[in-house]
Amino acid sequence: MEALRQRARELLEAGSVQVIIGYANGSNGRRRPLFARRPEQLDQLILEDNPPLNLAVYLRKPEIKRLGKAGVVATPSILKSILQLAAENQYRDSEALFLALDPTGAVVELSTADAIAKYLGSNGQAVTESESCAEIASLDRDGRFAFWQQEFERCIRCYACRASCPMCYCEQCIADSNQPQWVPVAPHSLGNLEWHVSRAMHLAGRCVGCGACTEACPAGIPLRLMNQFLADLVAKEFSQKAGAGVKLDYPLSVFNVKDREDFIK
Amino acid sequence: MTAENVYQPYLMRIERAIDEAPGIKTFRLLFEDEESGKNFDFKAGQFGEYSVFGEGESTFCIASSPTRKGYIECTFRQTGRVTAALAGLNEGDTVGFRGPYGNVFPLDDWKGKNLLFIAGGIALPPLRCVIWNALDLRENFEDVSILYGARSVADLVYKYELDEWDKRGDVRLTTTVDPGGQTADWKGEVGFVPHVLEKMNPSSDNTIALVCGPPIMIKLTLPVLAKLGFAPGDTFTTLENRMKCGIGKCGRCNVGKYYVCVDGPVFTLEQLQGMPAEY
Amino acid sequence: MTMIDRKLLKKESIQPLLNALRESGRRIIAPQRSGSAPGTWCRDLGPGDEVDLEQRTTVSPKSAFLPMVEEILRYRNEGKRIVMEGSRVQAQPTVVFGSRPCDTRALHALDAVFLHVPGDLFFRERRAATTVVTFSCESADPDCFCTSVSGGPRDAEGSDLLLTRVADDRFLVEVCTEKGKQVVELAPHLFEPAGDVDTEAFVATVPVRFSPVEVRKRLQDLFNDEEFWREQSLACLGCSTCAFVCPNCSCFDIQDEADLKGGSRLRCWDSCGQKLFTLHASGHNPRSVQSQRWRQRIMHKFSYLPEKEGMVGCVGCGRCSRACPADMNLLERLTAIAEARI
Repeated sequence: MEALRQRARELLEAGSVQVIIGYANGSNGRRRPLFARRPEQLDQLILEDNPPLNLAVYLRKPEIKRLGKAGVVATPSILKSILQLAAENQYRDSEALFLALDPTGAVVELSTADAIAKYLGSNGQAVTESESCAEIASLDRDGRFAFWQQEFERCIRCYACRASCPMCYCEQCIADSNQPQWVPVAPHSLGNLEWHVSRAMHLAGRCVGCGACTEACPAGIPLRLMNQFLADLVAKEFSQKAGAGVKLDYPLSVFNVKDREDFIK
Repeated sequence: MTAENVYQPYLMRIERAIDEAPGIKTFRLLFEDEESGKNFDFKAGQFGEYSVFGEGESTFCIASSPTRKGYIECTFRQTGRVTAALAGLNEGDTVGFRGPYGNVFPLDDWKGKNLLFIAGGIALPPLRCVIWNALDLRENFEDVSILYGARSVADLVYKYELDEWDKRGDVRLTTTVDPGGQTADWKGEVGFVPHVLEKMNPSSDNTIALVCGPPIMIKLTLPVLAKLGFAPGDTFTTLENRMKCGIGKCGRCNVGKYYVCVDGPVFTLEQLQGMPAEY
Repeated sequence: MTMIDRKLLKKESIQPLLNALRESGRRIIAPQRSGSAPGTWCRDLGPGDEVDLEQRTTVSPKSAFLPMVEEILRYRNEGKRIVMEGSRVQAQPTVVFGSRPCDTRALHALDAVFLHVPGDLFFRERRAATTVVTFSCESADPDCFCTSVSGGPRDAEGSDLLLTRVADDRFLVEVCTEKGKQVVELAPHLFEPAGDVDTEAFVATVPVRFSPVEVRKRLQDLFNDEEFWREQSLACLGCSTCAFVCPNCSCFDIQDEADLKGGSRLRCWDSCGQKLFTLHASGHNPRSVQSQRWRQRIMHKFSYLPEKEGMVGCVGCGRCSRACPADMNLLERLTAIAEARI
């Protein structure tokens, strides 16, 4: 941690970056994002294995962009998100600088998608399938539907899931469109289901499994399981995994003659 | 309509639909329930929430004068979902109406004064209500002047009424279009409204100024009025904010401590100067 | 507040009291766990369900008066004609059992919005039909700041009955209104007369953290300081969580849902934190950046409402701080404003 903090300080002081983005201790046992402009603020930097927020979400915000070039103290989830964003043309090489630790504890600076991919590959970061996902996968279709219907009873349609997700960067979200009204605004049972299914489908094959949506949800709905389920499906059917490589042939928007579905032939 | 449920609209029938300009329509609406129509009253400046059932509601001023009973008129531009649905309706179709909401132009306070109306484009409707109200009570006011401009001749609304006002002897009408918006036979002015206003050089003595227009026009017109000596307390405009309930509950049109739907939409420049510029 | 009456209720009498309420035809809304799901929620209490009086609810009990979705209009199509159908008003006698002093105080703010002429029929009927039974708080956490905004862990404002633990197995029941009296009269055998009791023994201590008067003063000067608001709101993600969990927030959207046969108009929760809230159909947005929307939240609660209604639009329940995914922490922001630092 000290090595990271030291490197961050050097970068700030040299003006190589204008802001260091990382995690800090927040209020009442929580974590919060840190946007350090001055070296003394770096004392607040902490490093966590599974922090609740995915800082990559801030890199797309105009308020953060106008602070200048960012140096981000990055977790594997953040790096995977950046790789996915790069594959979707939402991150340009060298737009930001990512600080991570190699196995010896030395600081590595990554700024290109290639460098990030190499780092992740050599550090063996894999998304593990959680127990709950296996539990849901073992249910039949009706069982799965009933499970999610019950979970979405608690959904208050705050859109914290969308707001905390680096992949939800659309200027106009499908839920915000009223010509046509794709998703009902009202948070009744059907509306909530339509929202979450729409979002899950839009994230199929793009979600890196950071879990920020689940942490953000005030109702504690295990959203990441829905995304995980679809991610596994996409990986199985199309051999595509989000945040795993640099080149992307996004399965749900690319047609391949060899696709096994024949309805389009 | 039950007086009980404040969200329940009057049912109105479109008696007349007029194409004013590209994308802009006027509806003349009659109350389906004649009793409601007879009892309905409002004052100049007030607005309503107009429904297309199944699509939603949209906010427009009541563009007809309260001196003319039995019907109300609204003029709107097709911009979003509800106005697109409204634009697709025809004479005989049903529209919902909730109102009258909002505050009023204090016409009673203006007896014996000169009135100067300045409007741009689609913003003539809120002032058109006051204009006809004043003209129907013409003896109450001194000079009545109207300056109205639009981007082009085709974009002028109430073209038929502009003729009427022009032909009356008791109104001074100046119309203008933006440079390049004139046709070969255009007889009015050519120039942006603020420039034409300066050229007109109206006196601010004993005069109330009413200004309605797109934000850029307002921004450039207000300094001209100030230069001409119009006091902020004698300059009136209307604010347009996104609205839903229209009755000061949903919070959407909240500007500072005001609700545009309850404390407005009519505001003096003096009041605006004391509000955050969130409109 | 002068009490109509004071009684004692044994802890073991709570369940019989709930049964008596249910048998009288009342609907009960109470904080409960929802199976294995996280959090405590204000829900309809069924005969076998258990009230959770330990945990704070994630969302306030405001949904008993202002549900997330409420049908405000219903119509059907008859050819080209529209036919209005009667309004479905929820007027079943209801008891909110297990509100907290902060949540109950907030009803005053909801009344100021919805009962103000012209009154909202749906809210009015629910409000008139509902009795509020509040439990004083035995614990507070660092996110609570009721005492900073004129409230307190044993504040009776807005309650019909206020229950305060005075012994391990007993609650003092303060009957504040006629509605509260009716609840006691449903099962008078469950209540004992109350003598002198120590009302403070089991009540939480909530230190005062800031002065809303100071905050309001500074907000006047801070309004145009764009840099200040940008800094405060850097972490804000622009979701609706704080507004939705808040007992004071009441802003709503109106949405039509219809098919060829007819449809309804719905009133649903909305939040000024969303970009869409003030967006015009033309594309113009008076609050186009998040810092303006954050500023609106603070100004509305701590400056505009006090000026307009003489009340602060916040009861210090701390839910927004607990639920915010980015840990914006309203209390921190407010103390920063009161002390005029970022």
